[in-house]
Amino acid sequence: MFKWLDPYAKPETLYRICGLWFPWLMTLAVLTLLLGTVWGLGFTPADYQQGDSYRIIHIHVPAAIWSMGAYSSMAIAAFIALVWQIKVAQWAVGAIAPIGAVYTLIALLTGMAWGKPMWGTWWVWDARLTSELILLFLYLGVIALSGAFADRQMGAKASALLAVVGVVNLPIIHFSVEWWNTLHQGATITKFAKPSIDPSMLWPLLLSILGFALLLAALTCLRLRTAILLNEQHRPWVRALAQQSDQKGNVPQTNAGRTV
Amino acid sequence: MPEFYFESLSAFWQMGGYALFVWLSFGSTYGLLFGLWWYSQRSQNRILQDLAKKQSREQRVRAQQQQEEEANESKT
Amino acid sequence: MVMFKAAFVREWRLLARQKADWLNPLMFFVIVLTLFPLGIGAKPNLLAEIAPGIIWIAALLSVLLGAERLFKEDFRQGTLEQLVAADEPLFAYVLAKITSSWCSTALPLLFISPLIALLLGLNAAAWQAIVLSLLLGTPLLNLLAALGAALTLSADKGGILLALLILPLYIPLLIFASAAVDNATLGLDYSAQLAVLAAMLCLAAALVPLAVLKALRLNVG
Repeated sequence: MFKWLDPYAKPETLYRICGLWFPWLMTLAVLTLLLGTVWGLGFTPADYQQGDSYRIIHIHVPAAIWSMGAYSSMAIAAFIALVWQIKVAQWAVGAIAPIGAVYTLIALLTGMAWGKPMWGTWWVWDARLTSELILLFLYLGVIALSGAFADRQMGAKASALLAVVGVVNLPIIHFSVEWWNTLHQGATITKFAKPSIDPSMLWPLLLSILGFALLLAALTCLRLRTAILLNEQHRPWVRALAQQSDQKGNVPQTNAGRTV
Repeated sequence: MPEFYFESLSAFWQMGGYALFVWLSFGSTYGLLFGLWWYSQRSQNRILQDLAKKQSREQRVRAQQQQEEEANESKT
Repeated sequence: MVMFKAAFVREWRLLARQKADWLNPLMFFVIVLTLFPLGIGAKPNLLAEIAPGIIWIAALLSVLLGAERLFKEDFRQGTLEQLVAADEPLFAYVLAKITSSWCSTALPLLFISPLIALLLGLNAAAWQAIVLSLLLGTPLLNLLAALGAALTLSADKGGILLALLILPLYIPLLIFASAAVDNATLGLDYSAQLAVLAAMLCLAAALVPLAVLKALRLNVG
């Protein structure tokens, strides 16, 4: 059934594919993000209730959506790694986790910055914010576990297992926090969470959501390439690659930025 | 085509009184994203260089050993 | 089943020999509980209000305290390696480990729960809720702690990492268990919370041992 996927599981092929895709994905991501931000910041009317502070939605919502999206894709990769013993999927777990953690942190920070003018405090134990905070803990656990072993492969396997355990727990945690929240305080504060949004505000939001997704894909490609090289460093194809880059790149390493 | 919402650029920077919160969140977001990209790109750039360095060192060591062996053989 | 019994008896012998393994978490539990009134203030109303949360956080930490050593000794001696190589009895071994660790860390908590209820000024109904929630909740604590211990078995800094991995997973349990006790102190019905706890326990009992098995194989193999 998975015959057609097989060649992609070969590290060398995947390395090439990621290298091909990364510049396109990155350029597209930067363009959509810039467009979404500029549009959302300057070219949409202010909200009649929240004024201009609602503009934070253009980064808060995409970051929150894709912090969970990154966790699910990480868990899918981990599941594949555990069931079919595909090494590349194992490395993908370690590649995605830091991106997801940064997205979660962004969602938390922007949520706080939005909460201050709307609710009057930087932090409210609102169900969504709390589950986002716990999501951050789960990410940090995966990252910490993958770095805790002397044997890199073992760390990758253990963190894959933890990611799968975490994704089983995530809905339970989410619903229990939601239930706890309704128990402790009224639902007044969540009214802004599901706004019936005007189309003029919706388009830039959708653009930013797309931009965050593209950025997630691009950064995953980039980080996966590094992970592949690190894990395959004794293979002939990596050795040949390193030699090539040595001959080509004996120029001092000043433009470390844009070279792909 | 949507029009520029604010009357002036300074009004844009003030964000209707919410400047601190809006610019704080946008700034920290792009700062974090840029930092992540920069870090990932740097480690990707470094790893090939490191591997190349390691290989050339291995080669030098091997050449050195070969020379010593040859020297020993010519002595005996 | 035979294997389970053999492994279980072995665990009990070890526990009988090393009394600190189960006495220390118990003492830790009691000491943490006495620290809270000293830190927050001993007004009876306040105590009764915060008691459910305190009891559950203390229970959680005391289970976590003993968790690191769960597989450590067997791992160091090579017993675990033999079991993994033999393959067949590993599952029974894991089950015996989890049950015996529950008996050694959580059962004593149940026995001293009347004392706890007295210390924190809770009434009989609340004590009953504590017992029931501990009965349903602590096996879950032990299951997850075993998972954490198995995952971090051969890691460099196992102890603190274990807490980092497992504490977020305890959150649903903490919420529902302390809510059950909370409701009981207010004289409300708390069977719903207990049902949720039971459901979580069933789910964990079915899935966690498998994950523990996988993690052990990974760390040893």
